[in-house]
Amino acid sequence: MEAMYAFFMDTAGMDEMAAHITVAVIMATIMFIVMALCAIIFTWMERKVAGFLQSRYGPMRTGRWHGWAQAVADMLKILGKEDIIPAEADKPYFIFAPLLVLLGSLLAWAAIPWAPGFVAADLDLGLFYIFAVTSLVVLGILMAGWASNNKWALYGAARGAAQMVSYEIPLLLATIPVVLYTGSLNTQDIVIAQQGGVLNWFVFRDPFLFIAFWMYFIASIAETNRGPFDMPETESELVAGYHTEYTGMRFAFFFLAEYANLFLVSMIAVMVFLGGWWSPIPGLDFAPAACFVVKGVLMVFLNMWVRWTLPRVRVDQLMHLCWKVMIPVTLVCVVGAGIWMMASGAVG
Amino acid sequence: MTADLIFVLLALLTLVPAVWVAFSRNIVHAGFSLLLTLLGVAGLYAYLGADFVAVTQVMVYVGGVLVLILFTVMMTRVPQNGRPRHGLDRFVPAAVFALGVFGLLYKTITAVEWAASEGAVEPTTAEIGTNFITSYIFPFEYVSLVLLAAMIGAAILIRERRPEETEEPAAPAPETEEEVAS
Repeated sequence: MEAMYAFFMDTAGMDEMAAHITVAVIMATIMFIVMALCAIIFTWMERKVAGFLQSRYGPMRTGRWHGWAQAVADMLKILGKEDIIPAEADKPYFIFAPLLVLLGSLLAWAAIPWAPGFVAADLDLGLFYIFAVTSLVVLGILMAGWASNNKWALYGAARGAAQMVSYEIPLLLATIPVVLYTGSLNTQDIVIAQQGGVLNWFVFRDPFLFIAFWMYFIASIAETNRGPFDMPETESELVAGYHTEYTGMRFAFFFLAEYANLFLVSMIAVMVFLGGWWSPIPGLDFAPAACFVVKGVLMVFLNMWVRWTLPRVRVDQLMHLCWKVMIPVTLVCVVGAGIWMMASGAVG
Repeated sequence: MTADLIFVLLALLTLVPAVWVAFSRNIVHAGFSLLLTLLGVAGLYAYLGADFVAVTQVMVYVGGVLVLILFTVMMTRVPQNGRPRHGLDRFVPAAVFALGVFGLLYKTITAVEWAASEGAVEPTTAEIGTNFITSYIFPFEYVSLVLLAAMIGAAILIRERRPEETEEPAAPAPETEEEVAS
């Protein structure tokens, strides 16, 4: 990032403000392209993983090798579809809702540290910022459900909002032990604190952090509204939940946001618990960004594995799990990690 | 110059939707307009260098309070296609109350001596944290006690009645606890 600023200010002769704006535009464009690529690759990956887990092939025809072009073809098809806005829908809100969902996700992507020094927004409270802006996703889902003027959509949105607001608490609490260890909310500081091989990753630092990692993982599945917690879009009872009325490009935005969020929570897991850009063996850190992305994709695979293995839970089971199991357990993790830190002399 | 422009844009982002919140006939539209106002206020905090307060504003007000407001509005029966009842009997008390609040705020704002800090803008999080557990430990713990009491109160209010008290079990409402927690 410093190199980019230096290039625009010294070589191209811009003042500081112009350089900041240029770098911001470039980084936002890169993030958006990566996001769109993620959606295409993960759609194909999801169908192949689902096929593998259910002893079938998944898409095989489009393209030559294992149907690799299926997601590209789907994307082209969805771009050419008719854009239908229901007559009774609240038009401006109906149009704005998918953008709000995508915006919440894209804003959070800004604070992801891909490699040392390569982060779009190097904020002092990066982790807190990520969790704050993702709350826009909840509002986007509520807006979509309400503006559609459809009872299924409204039910789906209400379920989605209740679920995401509830699971935000264990999600946040599970990351607090790591913040205790690091003493900083800056995303780069959190990764730097995990240098030195797999045993220095926060997930293996102490037993409470290990439990906190799995709590984070469960909460992150609920936060992205994916199976077994996909009540907001249960096709058997709510048609398609909050995006029932959306078609074509606007539906594609929700689709894009789902996979962007999936990769986002996976990247946060990698950043906070799994050593970020550090390789498992110390001294082999020649490709930090690749290491980060590979770990992120493995977390996405784990997420898909869970989705296609476990049956959907009921709404009351979902709330029971969150309020009566996960929040107490994560609270114990916070206190336990603090005591462990003091006992092991790690407190600085 | 650019800084002034940013301030004006943020102020407009705060005020224009705020007018819509106050005058919109559709209560859900008013709720969604509040989103822009709250984001504008967060932007103003960030502009003034209070980064922690800005992010907390987004976290608490956008992620918690606004979601609950919209939830409540959507779940409540609204007469006549989302339009609230209006008439002189509603208008007069509302106007008196609004003018009273405005007068109070105006008096406070003009009475306070606003000191501008000259130093460079620095991250505030660590300092806020240190102050919370040193100089302000008593108010901090006291507030958490109040919130805990409110949370227990909410849990008691929504708890399932025993079979001898009523036939129908009350539905659990975890959102109420969330309001307190956030």
